[in-house]
Amino acid sequence: MGRYILLRHREIPDLHRLEVYVRHGGYEAWRKALTAMTPDQVIEEVKASGLRGRGGAGFPTGMKWSFVPKDVFPKYVVVNADESEPGTFKDREIMEGNPHQLIEGALLTAYAIQAERVYIYVRGEYRSVARRLEAAIAEAYAAGFIGRNVLGTSYSVEMFVHLGAGAYICGEETALLESLEGKIGHPRVRPPFPATYGLYGKPTVVNNVETLANVPPIILHGAAWYRTMGTEKSPGPKIFCLSGRVRRPGNYEAELGKITFRDLIFGEEYGQGLLEEGRTVKAILPAGASAPMLPASALDTPLDYESVQAAGSMLGSASIIVLDDTVDIVWAAYKMVRFFQHESCGKCTPCREGTYWLRRVYERIVAGRGRPKDPELLESIARQMAGKTLCPLGDFATSPVLSSLKHFRKEYEAYLRRAVETPAEVPA
Amino acid sequence: MLREKYKQEIEAILARYPVKRSAVLPLLYLVQREYGYCTEEGIREVAEITGVSPTEVREVVGFYTLFYDHPIGRHRIQICDDLPCALRGADDLVAHATRRLGIRPGETTPDGRFTLETVMCIGACHRAPAMQVDLEFVENVTPEVFDRVVEELSRDGA
Repeated sequence: MGRYILLRHREIPDLHRLEVYVRHGGYEAWRKALTAMTPDQVIEEVKASGLRGRGGAGFPTGMKWSFVPKDVFPKYVVVNADESEPGTFKDREIMEGNPHQLIEGALLTAYAIQAERVYIYVRGEYRSVARRLEAAIAEAYAAGFIGRNVLGTSYSVEMFVHLGAGAYICGEETALLESLEGKIGHPRVRPPFPATYGLYGKPTVVNNVETLANVPPIILHGAAWYRTMGTEKSPGPKIFCLSGRVRRPGNYEAELGKITFRDLIFGEEYGQGLLEEGRTVKAILPAGASAPMLPASALDTPLDYESVQAAGSMLGSASIIVLDDTVDIVWAAYKMVRFFQHESCGKCTPCREGTYWLRRVYERIVAGRGRPKDPELLESIARQMAGKTLCPLGDFATSPVLSSLKHFRKEYEAYLRRAVETPAEVPA
Repeated sequence: MLREKYKQEIEAILARYPVKRSAVLPLLYLVQREYGYCTEEGIREVAEITGVSPTEVREVVGFYTLFYDHPIGRHRIQICDDLPCALRGADDLVAHATRRLGIRPGETTPDGRFTLETVMCIGACHRAPAMQVDLEFVENVTPEVFDRVVEELSRDGA
């Protein structure tokens, strides 16, 4: 077995072509499940593997599948390919380079819950990526891996790509389902959860692209093999998206918990250090804009769900954005708040209004017109948002605010001191 | 009329879903391809095909950033100025684009050729700064790369 479990196209040229994928063991897991395993055995194997959702929440995948009722039909599998978190570009690489592993994983999921149809919801900006995926799906249909009576069995399944149209919120699974139903992407009240009331009100499993790419190797080689990688509570491989002020940004696959932020940023086979000589790390964003930023003292934290949480943040989608000492933290927090204000869907008042007011306060601070009490004002707005919305976006939006104030309050104070000493021209 | 011109394509779209309403987004993409943006006529046709009220279709057009309720340029240049790209020069790129095209983000050149927009993360942070031109990725964008793209699209027939 090669160096990669997920990014196998890095060492196998043309892996996006079905013939190449099959030559390297592709669709063997699918054949194995269909001919030698019951749906429940597939669920049990994934449960035993300890695979956790790679979209951000880290929820155990097999457990998610087991919540689906057995006696309600039809059922659906929806692949969340609405990759939109700032700093995240891993699902894109899987779909471009190794699309059949995603397709095979989605088929195994469909069989496990006995779904008749799979929709892959791809963000609208990934139109070119979706076309490659559609070409791969067409190949899989032609080869008899998808369609009626797959591989001569009694099982039939269909698969379609559905393009979103530009809305971060649709990465939230219930907003995604609303969008797939042709509506605006407003999150639903939960419970009920998609497992019982999902697409068109039917039992539905929604899984992230990377999560599903883990499934074929688990079924083919077994849960015990999978658990030899990663840690007890965070087993398996993970793709780390590295971006920001590093020399070699990109996707890096490594076992969970086996490397640290420092390894990822400075390691020879990873980021190879900071963009410019002589600079130091000021802060790390472990999960794009959505999880609290960490100061450089967290550099030696191992990259697994538990360790990053213990350090005061979340691994989430593992989209690591590096801020070096050239970066103005207040400006960076403003950029992230601006993102959430733009992407708030407007359904819940605390998020819609809160992100708007956070942005307004940040705009005046970075324009040199901040007021001495603005840090307290930001904290007060954030407190009125956190935990008061239907989906996590409202909480996410408070992360850059509260974490930057916690670790880098001095930078805010410097802005506000300058605003007092040299008041900026205030437009009428 | 879309239903006559794209009969087969519309049938193929509808066949993908058990509920017609799911075809709203794919059909709006078809409307934009045909008319350049989501025209009132196109919105009404989507409403008729899917059995949804025109108001609900308009709501969808308003919600998603890739749908437009007004005419835009023949080519859409969308520069990401979100944090990961901004850490690698996106704001300078936006300033360059503004000078080169003579318009600000959100505007269209007087000849109707280009619409310039700044957008949130497009998933190209490892090749920042990045942009999309008519939804195709252009990555590691320097001012020279930007100018070349604009020149290519400025030729007659482009």
